[in-house]
Amino acid sequence: MTIGLEHYLILAGILFSIGLFGSFTKRNAIVILISIELMLNGVNVALVAFSRFITPEILTGQIFALFVMVVAAAEVAVGLAIIISIYRNRETIDTRNIDLMKW
Amino acid sequence: MGLAVAFWILAAIIVAAALGVIFLKNVFRAALSLVVCLVAIAGIFVTLSADFLAVVQILVYVGAISVVIILAIMLTREFTRGSPFNRLKIPAFIITAVFFGFVAYAVLGTKWQISTAAPQTPTTHALGELLFGPNGFILPLEIAAVLILAVIIGAIVIARDR
Repeated sequence: MTIGLEHYLILAGILFSIGLFGSFTKRNAIVILISIELMLNGVNVALVAFSRFITPEILTGQIFALFVMVVAAAEVAVGLAIIISIYRNRETIDTRNIDLMKW
Repeated sequence: MGLAVAFWILAAIIVAAALGVIFLKNVFRAALSLVVCLVAIAGIFVTLSADFLAVVQILVYVGAISVVIILAIMLTREFTRGSPFNRLKIPAFIITAVFFGFVAYAVLGTKWQISTAAPQTPTTHALGELLFGPNGFILPLEIAAVLILAVIIGAIVIARDR
């Protein structure tokens, strides 16, 4: 059985779904950030698979994947800075206890 | 044939490591599981003949992002409480399963126009042409540079000890 576009897209969907489940259910803010990384990587797999199987002569999908990586790195830097700032002020990063903006 | 074997092995590693990220009790082990997952995704990029992206994946994700995440885990000392779930486990699972069902239905139901052209190897030169050449992605590249600058300043300002 030869590996086609569908295999890669289903793999990307599984990865995205696992990340989505983690970001819904985890209580540790850092684990939520890690789950978001999983989702971004699932998107990257889908983009590169489209680039390989639909338009192999132009590499636009890979360019998009590169920009996704840039944004992911930026998101991790700012997200972890916010988490460390919250930890310094409140001594916890449990999302149940970070309820300053909840009403 | 070799490509198929590599794909199935890498896919199994990726799914197992991603599940490990969610279900491991220890936050530090979850971060290490993320590293395994990212390395296997770099392997997936190799099977898609995206050599440059595989190297960037190793450099940026495995080299930089995972180190920053592990550093943050060390700084917050939250790992003594483990990595618990909240009360939304069952509704979240239902929503995620429905979402994945929709995605799988859409992927398997679409007639993709598969191109039979051979992939470009190596991709580094072509990617450089696309990023910096005329009619390329030079404007998004510059915007990305401004974004990185803003992120550096923002991270310093947010995390600074007042």
